Formats: sequence, C-alpha cells, structure tokens
Amino acid sequence: MNLEFGSEYDEFTNEVEEFCKEYSGAVITSNDKKFEMHDALSGNSSRKSGKSVGRSEWQKLLIEKGYFARSIPKEYGGYGGEPDIIKSRIIAGAFAKYKVPNAMGGQGIDMLVPTLLEWGTEEQKQQYIESTLHGETVWCQGYSEPNAGSDLASLQTKGELIDGKWVINGQKIWTSTAQFSQMMFCLVRTEPEASKHAGISFILIPMDTPGIEIRPLVDMTLKAGFNEVFFDDVTVPEENIVGKRGEGWSVANSVLGHERGSLANPNVTLNRLNTLINLMKEETIDGRRLIDVASYRDRLLQVQGKVLAAQAHSLRLLSAKINPGQNVKLGGMIQKLVGTELRHELEGLAIDIMGELGTLYEDDPNVRGGGSWQFTYMYFLGLIIGGGTNQIQKNIISERGLGMPREPKVQVEV
Amino acid sequence: MYFGLSEEQESIQDFVKKFLADNATVDEIRKIANGEGEELEKNIFDGILNLGINTLLIPEEHNGLGAGLLHAVAVAQALGAGVGPIPFVGSYVMAPIAINLGGSEEQKNNYLPKIASNELRFGIGMSEFVGAREDAGIEFSKNKLNGRALFVLDAENSDFIILANKSGNIFLINAKDKGVKINKLTTVDKTRSFHEILLENVNAEILALTEDNNEIAKKVIDAGRIILAADTVGASEAMVEKAVTYSKERKQFNRTIGSFQAVKHMCAEMAADLEPCYSLVWQAAYSFDTEEVSSSRLLACQSKSHTSEVGKMISKKATEVHGGMGFTDLLGLHYWFKRIGLNRQILGAPEIVREEAAELQGFNQ
Repeated sequence: MNLEFGSEYDEFTNEVEEFCKEYSGAVITSNDKKFEMHDALSGNSSRKSGKSVGRSEWQKLLIEKGYFARSIPKEYGGYGGEPDIIKSRIIAGAFAKYKVPNAMGGQGIDMLVPTLLEWGTEEQKQQYIESTLHGETVWCQGYSEPNAGSDLASLQTKGELIDGKWVINGQKIWTSTAQFSQMMFCLVRTEPEASKHAGISFILIPMDTPGIEIRPLVDMTLKAGFNEVFFDDVTVPEENIVGKRGEGWSVANSVLGHERGSLANPNVTLNRLNTLINLMKEETIDGRRLIDVASYRDRLLQVQGKVLAAQAHSLRLLSAKINPGQNVKLGGMIQKLVGTELRHELEGLAIDIMGELGTLYEDDPNVRGGGSWQFTYMYFLGLIIGGGTNQIQKNIISERGLGMPREPKVQVEV
Repeated sequence: MYFGLSEEQESIQDFVKKFLADNATVDEIRKIANGEGEELEKNIFDGILNLGINTLLIPEEHNGLGAGLLHAVAVAQALGAGVGPIPFVGSYVMAPIAINLGGSEEQKNNYLPKIASNELRFGIGMSEFVGAREDAGIEFSKNKLNGRALFVLDAENSDFIILANKSGNIFLINAKDKGVKINKLTTVDKTRSFHEILLENVNAEILALTEDNNEIAKKVIDAGRIILAADTVGASEAMVEKAVTYSKERKQFNRTIGSFQAVKHMCAEMAADLEPCYSLVWQAAYSFDTEEVSSSRLLACQSKSHTSEVGKMISKKATEVHGGMGFTDLLGLHYWFKRIGLNRQILGAPEIVREEAAELQGFNQ
C-alpha cells in the first residue's frame, strides 16, 4: 500500500492547486437552461464566493490548461496530453477541494466523443469533436424506446438505406436535453433479418432534420428534462453511420460502462456530505442545532461511513487502473448500484433532518439550497432506475461477478 | 501509487487461510466450541504461531518483524474467514502496541522480545475505557490494582494481562498473581475467549508513558477496532462465498436456487456492500501506520462501525440463502454469524463508536 503519487507529480499538483486557488468558488455566468441540470447535479449552482467566468471561455480555458479534454488529440480540439490517470485524479481532487466549477459534461462530451475517437472516421472526428468540447454542439442520446428499456437490444426504431440515405422511423424515450441539442446519436435497427444484437447500427442525426418531433416528458422532479422523440421518415446522409452496419451494439457498449461509473462521482458525493454537515450546523429545531440532535447525528455518521468506504474504494479502483494485474473485477461492477443508492440516501437524509422545511421546492422563498436536496433526491431515484436499473446491476454482479446461473429462458408464447 | 495488500501480506493471508481450511474444518471448530478439542486447539494455535503472527507488530530492535497494522489486517481477514479459534487481536495486536507505545525502555526490553519469542503471551482488557457496563472498574493505588474488568480479550492461559482504567492509564499484571481471579464468560462466540477478571490487591506496574494521558489507550483501541473490522470483513467474505456455493448446488422447483433472482439479488447486495469494506479497512490501517491520529482515528472508528453494519446484514442474508440448513448446527454457518456478532459489540458497538467519531469532528458541542 502506498498512496503517494510520487515526487514526479509534485510540480503538476502545485500547478493545478495554484490554478484552483485562483478560481476557488468561481461562478459560471450563464442562464442557459440546457446546463441547469448539469449545474445542479455537480453542485456548481450552489457556489457563490469566487470569480465570475463565462461558460464557453471557461471551457476553452480548461482545455488550454489541460484540465479538461486532456488526452484528446490537439487536432480535434483537445489538449493533446498523454493519457495519465494519476494526473486526471489530481485535477479532479483539486477541483473538488477548492470548489472550482467543473467543465461541462453531458452525453456528447462523456459518451459521444470517446465513441468517435474509437470508432469514427477522420471526417466525423474533424466535424464533431471540437465543437462538442466547446459546448457548441450539444448531443442527446437516442437509445431507450417504450418497449426497449432494460432489454435495450430489442429496440425497433427502423432505419432503411434508400437511395444512399438513411430513412428513419420510430420512437425514442428518456431522451434528456433533446430540446436543447443540435445532434442525436441514435441506435437504429437496420438489419431486420439479423439476430437481435447484430441488427443495430449507430447513426448521427441532426435534430433540425424534418420529420423529428420532440415531446417533453415531464418527470417527477418537474425539471430534469426528459423527452420523447418521434421519427417520421427522417432522412440523413449514409455517411452518418459510426462503425459498420450491424456494429451499433458494440459501438454503443464501448462507452456504456463509462456512463455507469460516472453516474455517482465519489468526489461530488463527498462535497454533498460536507454541504449536509454545514446544513446541520446552521439549521435548528426548537433552537437546537440539528447536528446536536442525537438521532440525526447518528444517521449522518452512518452515511459518512458509507461515503468514506466509497472514497477508499475509488482509490482502490484507481490503483487497479495503474497497476496491471490487480484484480478488482467485482469491485468495479458494484459502482453504479452502490453509488446511486448512497447518493439517494444522503440527499434523503438532508430532507429528513429539515422535516417540514425539507418539503419546500422550486422558487419558495424559504427553500434551502435552491431546492437542490429535493431535486437530487428525486433525480437519483431516476438514476437508480436509469443507466441499467439497479436490479439489472444485481443480475450483472451475481452472474458475471459471482458466477451464479442465469435465469432459465422462458418459452415465448407466439 | 498502489492501493491494496502487498505480495507479502497476501502471502501470509493465504497461508493462514489454507492452514485453517486444512486444520480447522467445521467439525473441528465444533469440537473446540464444545470444549472437547483442547489438543486440537493447541495444534491449530501452534501451527499459526509458526507463521510468526506473534512477531508482526514487535519492532525489529526487539526481535520482531516490525511490520505495520496492515500486515495484521491481512492476517485478521484470514482468521475471520476461517473463524480461527486462536487469540490474536488482544495478544498480538493490542498488547504489543500498548507496550511499544506506552512502555518505558525497560518495560519494552522486558516484554516485547518475549512476546516475539513466544515465551510470554498477554491478554488485554480496555472495555472500561471504552464504556463500562455493570459496576466494572479498576482502581490503582500504591502499585496495587483492585476491582473488576469485563470482556478481557485473549486472557485464557495468558501469562500477563494488560488493563486500562476509565482515565486511559494502562497497567500490567501477572495473570498468576494470587489476587487475580479469571472467570470465563460464556458468550455466543465459542471460537475466542472473553473473561471477567477480579482483582484484589494485585501487584501492578503502570506503562510509564500512560501515566498522564489517554492518547496511547486511544491509539491501542484504534488498532483493535481496525483488526476487529478486518475480522468481520473476512468472516463476511466467507459467508458470501458459502451462500453463493450453496445456491449453485441446492435445487428446488427443478432449478438450482441460485438461478432465482430473489436469491441472486441477495447475493449481489451482500457482495456490493462488502467490496468497499475491504478498501475502507485497508485505508484505515494504512492511515494508522502512516498518518497523524487526527486523520486516522476517524477511519478507525468508521471502519469498526461500518463493517459492523455490513457484517450484520451479510450474516443474516447469507444464513437466509441457506434456508433451513443455515439455521442448523450441522452446517456450522452460525460460527461465522456469532463471530461477526461479537466483533460488533467488542471495543464499542456501532452507536458508541459513531458518537466518538462525531465528537472527534467537533459535531456535538
């Protein structure tokens, strides 16, 4: 065991810390609705003590410094650094420590960019990556359908190649940020004769193409912003396919694992815990601080135990990335399940300790934390269900992690 | 950067695991638990002593291995996994740490080399300092100890006993002193010993550096808690493995029960909660070995309380996966259930330890 990163990283750590001190508590000035959700979930919106920076200049500054898009090649708009997991960790740690706003994420940056780097043609990389990193091209993900949720590969949205163009018909659901997006990356059934998984292609669709209809799907938070998207003879160029025909399942799965891990970033969870501790020191009941109420305090300490375990565990997973041969297969599989449940519990605890006050929401003048506790509590219930439900996660853990037998196939009635 | 056990630590862990698997099967554990296996118990103890577990935490200048607490954590996991019926946390972790940190040069020279050479073995009782139950309490005056100590660890057949009072002063007595009365407590866990000790004008020496502070007592307790947490993690791991194995063999409704999602999900929940516990306990031990008390004590407290909660859940669910068999003595699963149950209460139950952790962080003023 050795948790030192080594002296060769000292200079880099100092440089990042200097930057973070300068921008500690910085606020991003943008009332652009499309980033509202991102800000609420990463805690950016609750920071108010530091400098003001514009959204796109902030994004460009972070790329220039190498604190964002670090290992994405320069010719596609990235920083062009060698991939270095330890440096990424140092950056993430310092940003969390000094409450520096993170670069914007979203499905384009987190999922499409790595997909294009692995599977895209040179033209696709040139066309899309840089503008995505700068936040100029926002993407939505067209995967789930009303009848293809946990069983995603049974999706039925149809794509036919007619006169050198893809003609797409069908429906997607749970499409977050569709109404703000310029582009969608979409899974479409193009090979109806092939088996379930081999009949899918990965296609890029401009959202202003005629025949696309977006209907907002209001969720329980009333603001997270899912949509249904309908396709009626939506026609896009043949070259908008990523990978070959029928390779869509592999293309999509190469980054799905990444999404599962990123749903519950332990650094953000730790920051939320610290915010909760401050809340319990500030708020009172009958004039007593909430943290002085023994039953509340004990629940806080129980959650802290889980957060510390999750923090330690993320270090162990990091170690396995750096040290080939260290086996943490099971340890990696549990991240989505444990991380989302923990965050839901933490946010719910904040509501419980506030009691009646905890029920206030939206623009109520007495709402605490801008309504973020209720919002995130509900939003994480969505994440417990989304990204592969936590029941599906338990199937994965038991079957692939513990080697337990699969559920026997049920004879399908025709 | 490397987060995990070293090759050397994994290797001693594997040795202990393998030794217990070969020499302390459930039938043998049962004999010992029923008090019919004195010879057997001695052979198991001698076998594991041959791996040098008594020398781990003794500094090299006193003829020990000079290893850190993480080394002992590796061993404790293996002992928990095999419900090892031997003294460890008291005799070979807390006692040497207490003497090494609290003893004068003379005291260290007197005792540490003899623990390393296996000439002396210590029991240790600190429950009064953590939280006294009933009327337990010891009093020291004119080099004599009087009173009653409860839940003294590893006192059976020990040569010396270390005891802490309410103020965290630590004393050392000869177990054979005529004023010492040692009564075995009958607990649910028969794989380890817990004793009541009655003292009447017993000659005692105080560990020199504990005369005017309780910091050393606290540090000894940190170590004990981390080791008990590791023991729980090991015992929990064994219970999950047993549950998974059983679910692949047992058939009902013409299917192995492990193919039912109700069973699979219980196993997944156990594994998912257990995995981060390894990380937490390892980091706590690493922090104990390398960092200031101000940062390491929180991890020690949270290791103890968090693994106790996870262990409680696992000991219940793993038993349920075994159905009626899990409830029988035949399968012996209850030895693991009870071991985890004891670890939970010793040196501070979760609520007590969490309250200490809150105080540590200045929460309750």
